[in-house]
Amino acid sequence: MFKTIAFLLAATTPHFGAPADPNLVKAWDRSIPPDGTGLPPGKGSVSEGLAIYTEKCVMCHGVNGVGKPADQLTGGVGSLATANPVKTVSSFWPYATTLFDYIRRAMPVTSPHSLSDHETYALTAYILSIDGIVKKDAVLDAKSLPKVKMPNRDGFIDAYGATKR
Amino acid sequence: MTNKIAPSRRKFLKTALAGAGAAAAVPLAAKADEYVTPSMTTPGKAFTPYGMPSGHEEVKRLLRPPGISPGTGGSLSPIESLEGMITPSGLHFERHHNGIPDIDIKKHKFLLHGLVDKPLEFTIASLDRYPRISRIHFVECGGNSGANAGSPTPPQLTAGGIHGLISCSEWTGVKLGMLLDEAGVKPEGKWILAESADAAGMSRSIPLKEAHEQGILVLYQNGERIRPEQGYPLRLLMPGWEGNLNVKWLHRIKVTASPTMTKDETSKYTQSLKDGKANQFNFIQPPKSIITRPSGMMTMNGPGYYEISGITWSGHGKIAKVEISFNDGASWTEAEMPGPVFPQCVTRFRLPWEWDGKAVVVQSRATDEKGNVQPTRAVWKDRVSSVQFYQYNAIQAWQIGADNTVKNIYV
Repeated sequence: MFKTIAFLLAATTPHFGAPADPNLVKAWDRSIPPDGTGLPPGKGSVSEGLAIYTEKCVMCHGVNGVGKPADQLTGGVGSLATANPVKTVSSFWPYATTLFDYIRRAMPVTSPHSLSDHETYALTAYILSIDGIVKKDAVLDAKSLPKVKMPNRDGFIDAYGATKR
Repeated sequence: MTNKIAPSRRKFLKTALAGAGAAAAVPLAAKADEYVTPSMTTPGKAFTPYGMPSGHEEVKRLLRPPGISPGTGGSLSPIESLEGMITPSGLHFERHHNGIPDIDIKKHKFLLHGLVDKPLEFTIASLDRYPRISRIHFVECGGNSGANAGSPTPPQLTAGGIHGLISCSEWTGVKLGMLLDEAGVKPEGKWILAESADAAGMSRSIPLKEAHEQGILVLYQNGERIRPEQGYPLRLLMPGWEGNLNVKWLHRIKVTASPTMTKDETSKYTQSLKDGKANQFNFIQPPKSIITRPSGMMTMNGPGYYEISGITWSGHGKIAKVEISFNDGASWTEAEMPGPVFPQCVTRFRLPWEWDGKAVVVQSRATDEKGNVQPTRAVWKDRVSSVQFYQYNAIQAWQIGADNTVKNIYV
């Protein structure tokens, strides 16, 4: 009898989780998948993005995103199948939503979470405009951002196979 | 036969004992007090609350030059100076994407939400009350050994300098599956997103099935609270999976229908192929073995007996065998694995060897229990793009020279 009870206890959770505070969920749930679920209100233009980039990003990512000391953001489109592939946001990243997500959570490196949603949209628009992935007069928001087709959108193979489950 | 394997340990032992007997027969000419050391005549030091290695030891992690911020980059375990299977916690390799956060264990929260019936939040105090499991597993960075993949000429570094993004610890924590069950995953939940509380917001997507079956929310490392560099106070462990997926400073898991496609699972930690495509979700670390004694930058002590020793591991399970070649791969001799041999765990291998003092190339080749075998460098390079360096697991060869040098070479 004792053995049976011990076994049942071991197999189930003791239930020490508390109901999640909705405000905590709202504050932390900032990850953005390719379909754009969770993208915030607001919008940003290429020209606004250039101004923010010049102030907060150019010292690490270079003029026009050419890189150094930090990652190269632009160029290399069409180079992936050559002997000297250049992997950048423009040439390699499959989803524009990832750029928004990453800028908002991790950039600038010295003060992550300091950019507003508006600024994040604008920076995303500016970086994508450099190689013409969006037009120079583009304005990105929750509706238009997930529709941006990145040049390498179909360049990835699911090596594990879990996406088909 | 230039380099014979020592016939047996027994024979070696016999020789050593004969030597000791001869030494004892030499008459003692000096006074006995010359052999009384200060440690024998002076009371030793007092107790300390937390012990440190001997002041005579200089074993350290090798720090790579920092990246864009002081804590961006990595440090490597000095595997050539370590023994056994466990990495001392202070020598565990590091890879951070924007430094080591300083987290108050009393304030840290873990949020479990998304496609679940009951979104839950936990404190470390509440997680501490769950039943725990302890497992010994390696963690290896996906970029480990990348120097050998990328450099056209073999980099002359120590074994740790090339392959030191591997470490092995005893990890203790709570099974993630138990908490997922408590929250109640909805049928459409197929993936999780695990997210760090660090300044990089490091986040990775993992299939729900494997996260539920294999994931451990780690609270303890080698018996004490997990070290800040390893994710204090909470880390996700996916045994045998690429290091980057073992999210440190874990504060959130969201159950999702599909992968979130974060920066670190698209632009990084994917394998570029020759045709321009890239393999994504290369979760499991392939088998690898590294001879750590002798290894790069070491100096041999001339001809004679050596114990060849090294570490081997595979994300696919246990290591089945490690073979050593002394003749450019023409023939292979199986090394001993005295044990323990655990799945997804660093395993020590050893082989007694009599070196004749002539130039020789020593290489090791691991095979895991699923039949995966380490490839040669040429075979590995042929599979991928020229810029690809993640999950490099080709056979490591050390060139031992008649001048007692040990160099890294490509074979």
